Amino acid sequence: MTVKVNRFKCGYCGACVSVCPPGALELIETWIEVDETCTDCGICAKICPVGALEVPK
Amino acid sequence: MKDRYDVIVVGAGPGGSMTAKTAANAGLDVLLIEKRQQIGDPVRCAEGVNKKYLKEYIQPDPAWISAEVKGSKIYAPDGAMVEMSEEIAGAEVGYVLERKVFDRALARDAALAGAEVMVKTRATGLLMEDGFVKGIKAEHMDEKYNIRADIVVGADGVESKVGRWAGIDTTLKPKDICTCAQYLMTDIEIDTDFCEFYVGQKIAPLGYVWVFPKGNNMANVGIGITGHMSGEVRAKELLDDFVLKRYPGGKVIEFIVGGVPICGTIERTVANGLMLVGDAARQSDPVTGGGIFNSMWAGDIAGKVAANAIKHSDVSAEFLQEYETKWRVGLGRDLDMSLVVKERFTRLTDDELNTLGHSLEGIDLGNTTLIGLLWALFKANKKLLWDLRGIFKGIKDLEMESSVEVNS
Repeated sequence: MTVKVNRFKCGYCGACVSVCPPGALELIETWIEVDETCTDCGICAKICPVGALEVPK
Repeated sequence: MKDRYDVIVVGAGPGGSMTAKTAANAGLDVLLIEKRQQIGDPVRCAEGVNKKYLKEYIQPDPAWISAEVKGSKIYAPDGAMVEMSEEIAGAEVGYVLERKVFDRALARDAALAGAEVMVKTRATGLLMEDGFVKGIKAEHMDEKYNIRADIVVGADGVESKVGRWAGIDTTLKPKDICTCAQYLMTDIEIDTDFCEFYVGQKIAPLGYVWVFPKGNNMANVGIGITGHMSGEVRAKELLDDFVLKRYPGGKVIEFIVGGVPICGTIERTVANGLMLVGDAARQSDPVTGGGIFNSMWAGDIAGKVAANAIKHSDVSAEFLQEYETKWRVGLGRDLDMSLVVKERFTRLTDDELNTLGHSLEGIDLGNTTLIGLLWALFKANKKLLWDLRGIFKGIKDLEMESSVEVNS
């Protein structure tokens, strides 16, 4: 499982990328990509200024 | 685009463009890449900068100055106000910029100095050989390229990957990032001479709200909170609460978000064939979040060190240590002091903030230095002095100016 990014909420600021321990996130142009190294730790979801990220339960 | 350069700079913010410009001016063959198709947009910044220092690196141009301010007003939760002149208010007061134009002007300066600029070009990895960075892997318009260079400079912002790829752990913990949201507002009553700051745990948990005038009846109204306070409530919701109370009739004409490193200095910012600059090097101020000037200043040093390293055909971490040493001497101590101040001030309850605010209210801080201001605070609040004694230890080689007369 990987974190889900709501592209309709995301402001593509890259804050989530900076806190991701395995470096699974990447900001490309106006969207966030998540690769398979995501551990579902949820740190990105916590710090997102708009709440655009969600760890699937 | 060629297949090799002396220096590749990743990221065309103020730090990257300054690095590229300085290196190009020193005669190096420089490539400056920016992953966005537009340099400087969207902005992720409150856009305040100290005008005195800025002039050292770029000639002021009305095209990128939205407003000029005299100082700052800091509001405690109960409304007690402390006013500070530009000199002591910190590096974030003076000009309020139009970053979209400013960043582009800096990139243009780099281009005019001889650097090649490529937009919509993203670094996806480093070329490594024998423990040395030898260039980057890049993508441009869905094509992949390997571009070689003697030195790679990572100026790739808060979301930096360049350092990580070279083995420098720049990952921020939630408490090390300020998560921010900002509206550009119009049709609101603002004090056009001052940047305003609102502190308080309710209003902005471990952070603050800012109102920076942008000219023409506009202002950047934003909030930053420390990452570990985010989750249950978020920067955007808190900003909406503030705006609803403070500017109920105001109109929002732009919305931006961003993350600012507030961790203080990291362990290292150089590796073999690599330097980090600006937010990528976590050179932003832990208290104010300001980093425009810090990045430009560090970028200038990085550009000069790159030129020196290439002249001596030595791009090892040992040689590039010159950059590390210089920026730490000039800036590292300030960042670490700021970190101590942040750790203490962010623990203050709203009642304590009110007490502090009232202890300084009405005091003329016109010509006081930051140290003088802190001293005035301590005289009024002895408990703080003990908690912040480390700062004074850290700056004992500075003139303490403890004798500064605070005129009530």
